[in-house]
Amino acid sequence: MGAAIETVGLERAFKGGVKAVDGIDVAVAPGEVYGFLGPNGAGKTTTVRMLVTLLRPTGGHARVAGFDVAEHPSEVRRRIGVALQEAALDLLMTGRELIGLQATLHGIPRADVAARGEELIRRVGLEQAQDRRVGTYSGGMRRRLDLAMALIHEPQVLFLDEPTTGLDPVSRLTLWDEVRRLRDEGTTVFLTTQYLEEADQLADRVGIISGGRIVADGTPAQLKAGVGSPHLDITLSDAGAAGRAREVLGRFGAHLPPPAGVHLSLEAPAGAAAIAPVVRALDEAGLAVAGLDLVEPTLDDVFVQHTGRHLEGAGQAGEDAGAPAAAVGGAA
Amino acid sequence: MTRATLALAQRALRLNLRRPQFLAPMLVFPSLLLAINTGGLERTTQLPGFPEVNGFLDFQLAAAMVQALLLGGVTSGIATALEIEGGFFDRLVASPIPRGAIVVGRLLAAGVLGALVVTWFLTVGLVFGATIEGGVGGVLVVYAIGVLAGVGFGAIGVLLALRARNASTVQGIFPIVFVILFLSSAFFPADLLHAPADWVAAYNPLSYIADGIRAPIIDGISATPVLRGVAAAAGVVVVFGGLSIVALRGRLGAG
Repeated sequence: MGAAIETVGLERAFKGGVKAVDGIDVAVAPGEVYGFLGPNGAGKTTTVRMLVTLLRPTGGHARVAGFDVAEHPSEVRRRIGVALQEAALDLLMTGRELIGLQATLHGIPRADVAARGEELIRRVGLEQAQDRRVGTYSGGMRRRLDLAMALIHEPQVLFLDEPTTGLDPVSRLTLWDEVRRLRDEGTTVFLTTQYLEEADQLADRVGIISGGRIVADGTPAQLKAGVGSPHLDITLSDAGAAGRAREVLGRFGAHLPPPAGVHLSLEAPAGAAAIAPVVRALDEAGLAVAGLDLVEPTLDDVFVQHTGRHLEGAGQAGEDAGAPAAAVGGAA
Repeated sequence: MTRATLALAQRALRLNLRRPQFLAPMLVFPSLLLAINTGGLERTTQLPGFPEVNGFLDFQLAAAMVQALLLGGVTSGIATALEIEGGFFDRLVASPIPRGAIVVGRLLAAGVLGALVVTWFLTVGLVFGATIEGGVGGVLVVYAIGVLAGVGFGAIGVLLALRARNASTVQGIFPIVFVILFLSSAFFPADLLHAPADWVAAYNPLSYIADGIRAPIIDGISATPVLRGVAAAAGVVVVFGGLSIVALRGRLGAG
């Protein structure tokens, strides 16, 4: 079976020759959740708009669900679901009316529209609100309705363009659960996001886009492994004992330049398994530990490695950028 | 006609009813102008060259209808522009329906609004003493031209929306259409206009649409003005409807 989404040298130039997308090669397997990660203005939305046939490519090729987006856009549209940025809904219509309209636009038989609509409304938990105008919905409810509309015709490929931007944490987690459920059902999901944690949590594979180009592509684990192994940041109760601590811990791994406020930074390829032996060794040497953090490489580290800067918006979604994976304080 | 086109037309109509701030001016302002003109300009019917009419109201009904139909075009344009601004238009474009269905659905709704306009002003006219010389056949002719013109003016609004992509620009541009209306024979007979207004009116399709609607009211059904009115309204539909579909296709390329 071929790729669900495949682009070769995909380009989009605007007036003045500005290339928003500059030769993107992506292959997404059927049933895969592909996270398309990048800051605002990186070219994520332009790429999605080309893949969903809203914008003609100015170079390269793209196939979605087996059809070329430029040559057979109608075939592509029949097979995709689209939830664009900021839930493009008609605020004067009710949820039920919008679902019904979407079903009609996708050619669902008249007799099946009501049942299919009810099923999706129930799935996204909008039973109580379905007869209210969408203008009265919260941001999270609108996103859920948007998702339900995108699923009305059981698409092979679902495009979610920054589906959780601006949502509160609870709504975000609800949407994440729904994306996981779709993955379990075998739907291919192309998810754009500017949130590192979202890509890390949901995506089987991540493509990092910057300046219209893919700068890294792989599973989150592969990408993070490419920028180094986990390390332990150790803060001693007695700063003057740092030299002795370095000697004691020399056998555990290479020392790294410690960040500000930390006395020792030690490579820990074994991850969390390294914490207990290190703490025990320091304890046996009579060295008191004020704090210890296990720091895993993050997608932000990957982003920094490839672009030389941090991903815009890091930290907005409870980011993993620089966040300790495990922490111990005041041991020994 | 596809099921999707009808669903889009139904939706457009329903939303018009849910936006009274759009719908009300379409009927209220022309009605006020009709009342003011009829009350203050009755004696103009005695001017040499003014056609034989039962009253100035009979003459002005066509002007009020064309004005309201133009406002209906503004409504269609603004509604389309709001959909573009809000992103809902992209949802329609990304669905597997013919591009033309999006425009045609909107224009069908504009045609129904046209029928509503005709119904309103015929009712107002009859209540306040106007007579329809063409009888039932004349009424049907008024409906035919009114609906066609409603669709055509809707197409102008949709075209402006697709080009401008925002509602405020559509709203800002459309008053030009009203200038063109005043440079037609809608409010005064072409014979009483001075140069260059008479020259503009002679080539202005709004003149023929207004005269086509007016003839069955003041004079009965006579072929020339009716056929010219139908042709002018149909021409607006074909030209601006076609340009709207071309503009919609162009949106994809331009992004």
